[in-house]
Amino acid sequence: MPGDDTRSRIAHLYRRAAFGARPEELDAAVAAGYEATVDKLVDLTAADAGAAAAPAPTFTPEVLAAQLPPDPEARRQAQLAGQKANREEGRRLNQWWIDRMVLSTTPLRERLTLFWHDHFATSVQKVKEPALMYRQNEIFRALGTGNFETLAQAVAKDPAMLIWLDANENRKGRPNENFARELFELFLLGIGNYTEGDVQEGARAFTGWQYRRQTGAFNLTPAQHDSAAKTVFGQTGNFGGEDVIRMAIAQPASAAYVVSRLWSGFVRPVAATDPVIRQLTPAFAKDLDVGKLMRAIFLHPEFLAPASRTGLVKQPIEYVVGTLRALGLRAAGTGTNLPQTLDALGQQPFAPPSVGGWPPNGYWLTTSFALTRLRFASAVAQKAKLDSITSVPVTDRPAAVARLLSVDGWGPSTSAGLAQVAGDPKALLAVALVSPEYVLA
Amino acid sequence: MPITRREFVLGGLGAGVAGAAGLVLSRTPSDSEPRTASKPSSTGSAAGGILVLLTLYGGNDGLNTVIPYEDGSYLGGRATLGYQPDQVLPLGDGLGLHPNLKALKSLWDAKRLAVVRGVGYPNPDRSHFRSMDIWQSAMPDDQVVTGWVGRWLDQTGNDPLRAVSVGGSLPRIFGGDKAAGAAVPVGELTLPGGPSVRSAFAAMAQPSTGASPLAARVAQSGRDLLAVDDAIAHLLAGRPQNDEASGSTSLEGTGGANQLTPQLELVARLVKAGSPTRVYGVSLGGFDTHANEKETHARLLGDVDEAVGAFFKSLEGSAQGSRVVLVAYSEFGRRVAANGSNGTDHGTAAPVFAAGAPVKGGFYGDEPSLTDLDSGDLKFTTDFRSVYATLLEDLIGVESKASLGTSFKPVPFL
Repeated sequence: MPGDDTRSRIAHLYRRAAFGARPEELDAAVAAGYEATVDKLVDLTAADAGAAAAPAPTFTPEVLAAQLPPDPEARRQAQLAGQKANREEGRRLNQWWIDRMVLSTTPLRERLTLFWHDHFATSVQKVKEPALMYRQNEIFRALGTGNFETLAQAVAKDPAMLIWLDANENRKGRPNENFARELFELFLLGIGNYTEGDVQEGARAFTGWQYRRQTGAFNLTPAQHDSAAKTVFGQTGNFGGEDVIRMAIAQPASAAYVVSRLWSGFVRPVAATDPVIRQLTPAFAKDLDVGKLMRAIFLHPEFLAPASRTGLVKQPIEYVVGTLRALGLRAAGTGTNLPQTLDALGQQPFAPPSVGGWPPNGYWLTTSFALTRLRFASAVAQKAKLDSITSVPVTDRPAAVARLLSVDGWGPSTSAGLAQVAGDPKALLAVALVSPEYVLA
Repeated sequence: MPITRREFVLGGLGAGVAGAAGLVLSRTPSDSEPRTASKPSSTGSAAGGILVLLTLYGGNDGLNTVIPYEDGSYLGGRATLGYQPDQVLPLGDGLGLHPNLKALKSLWDAKRLAVVRGVGYPNPDRSHFRSMDIWQSAMPDDQVVTGWVGRWLDQTGNDPLRAVSVGGSLPRIFGGDKAAGAAVPVGELTLPGGPSVRSAFAAMAQPSTGASPLAARVAQSGRDLLAVDDAIAHLLAGRPQNDEASGSTSLEGTGGANQLTPQLELVARLVKAGSPTRVYGVSLGGFDTHANEKETHARLLGDVDEAVGAFFKSLEGSAQGSRVVLVAYSEFGRRVAANGSNGTDHGTAAPVFAAGAPVKGGFYGDEPSLTDLDSGDLKFTTDFRSVYATLLEDLIGVESKASLGTSFKPVPFL
């Protein structure tokens, strides 16, 4: 139930710009005021003090085909061992990022890292090497709050992305359109803002962009690069891939598209033609500064409008991270196999369903996901410290859970449900964790 | 990029099922329930057919699925990617099935497989997302959020069991304005926490005055979960998980497992248990074969064949099973000529399969020309909405216009 008081507005801000507020965090923020809290959350100059407690996983080097033993059976065994190592490293990588988000003292940076992972969605299912997914994740973390073009240029040369969209197969005279198409459709412009010809010609500009497994680095292979003239967005020239990215971002549609994606991810889904996007776009088009745009979004009156406050369902990753933060738990302490749980909730980190990322809102509200949420909630309720609930009279417990979970309050149906289990703190917490009030972001 | 356009819930991945050699579908089931669909009515008929929609995400290469092996332009554009005439499973008309589609060939020989050729839509879109939206919404000209099955649900009441999608997420097909199908995981479907948690959960899932639209949908999904849990628990009570002893299940070994098999196993159990479900959804991803296509595509079609073969085998002799028609489609086919990476880029028209006891086997629609192309792509010969019209009218037993917006001429495969 959205309220108009400062506490409710700041709780909403924390749900969107962070992963929810702990009770003492919320108390301090209310004392500081809304605008000061926005400034604090968007100030990403400080290092993340939580990072040390979630050290990055280590990875074994990829075994290249040339390094495999010649004997077929030994070769097969070596390949199976490599796959097993990748699965284990993939699990550790998942667990690490969840912990990184749970422990972060600069949560907006992690929120943006998750956002860009969804925007430039790349999956370990094809990339195979968790080490490369980790490298991409660090690009989102390092560049995801700064200049959008810098980010896009870096992602385009990122090994995981090169593998994901078949860069090595895109050669002079035999272009492969996979990257150019998704670059325009999903990463930079949005559907309807480019032509089939732009895709075909644009793909030629990226020929020869390759990932070298031997060196682990991006490489422009001159013999594979088509250096003849291309016509993209009405301009003709001997364009390279960097030029095409710069030209796409310079298209008038690009800034509005990127702003609409961020607004849709942090506030509520809107089209690029929405009036609020038109208001925010000119400033962003000037400097492409994502951090400044985030501040403008959180300070925009529409951010606090009722439709915005009830406009998003928590994605499973933010649902799990927010819950662990509120309950003082870590990835290894949920009482479930967390990577499997996230998969069953529909959002396994590093494995988006497609290059389009994860759909929002209604996508998460199926019967199947409702069941998995309840299972996760029941498991973490067994692990959580419940002092703040058990220490108050039974009739006050639903309000205590609301404070613990940073929920404004419970509607009539949820109140009726919670009243039934108020005598059993674990059941009370489990049911509250799947309430409509908590499932919404 | 390999598209796994949905999440497969990890629980309960079954081992591969024995091949479907010698598969025969009986037109005369052991008991005497009506097999054919009733006459079209406004609400559908309980005695009508059961539709199983198999979505192949990523754009299945139709030309390497139903192979025009006698057409010189086929191998002309696919020197290494193509199949030689002696490799395919011949169907006649110069067309043959991919060598891994052995169970589908058995269905064809038993006259229980229809191949609708050249299925597509005008002004094809080569974006996965937009094209799949078009196939699932059946509205090529408008961006609508509802699906063609969802709009049928809108007309016919509240029971979420009428349409069941296997897996965590619910494809657009099953979403209506008011109603939605149920998403059912392949694994165990038991609510945790005992009767008190269930009762509190049920109270919380009641509609709340003043709830926002999304909050109302959270509550609705809770009510649907309880309804589905009750119904399925009741249906499957005392029934064995599988007719045959199931192999080991492993949560670790997902890499090589056939992801379609456990989905169709669940559908077969629900069908045989007499679930009121009229439309099921299952899916397989990974068909976006831009590079080094041959091996990947062969494996995926092998998975489809194995799972579909086992599915129909398990329905043999079941009256409910004799009502089932499985339809397989993808968001588009692929270019006629291979690209420079032994793969194929996004294309247009492709064949649609319909299999089952009610199906009149054979070819429908014209095979698109491999030389009269539209920017390197096939011109479609059958509108996909004609296939849907057939399914709605002759299998579900409703007028198709309410769901499709316009009347489309059915394809007479039922």
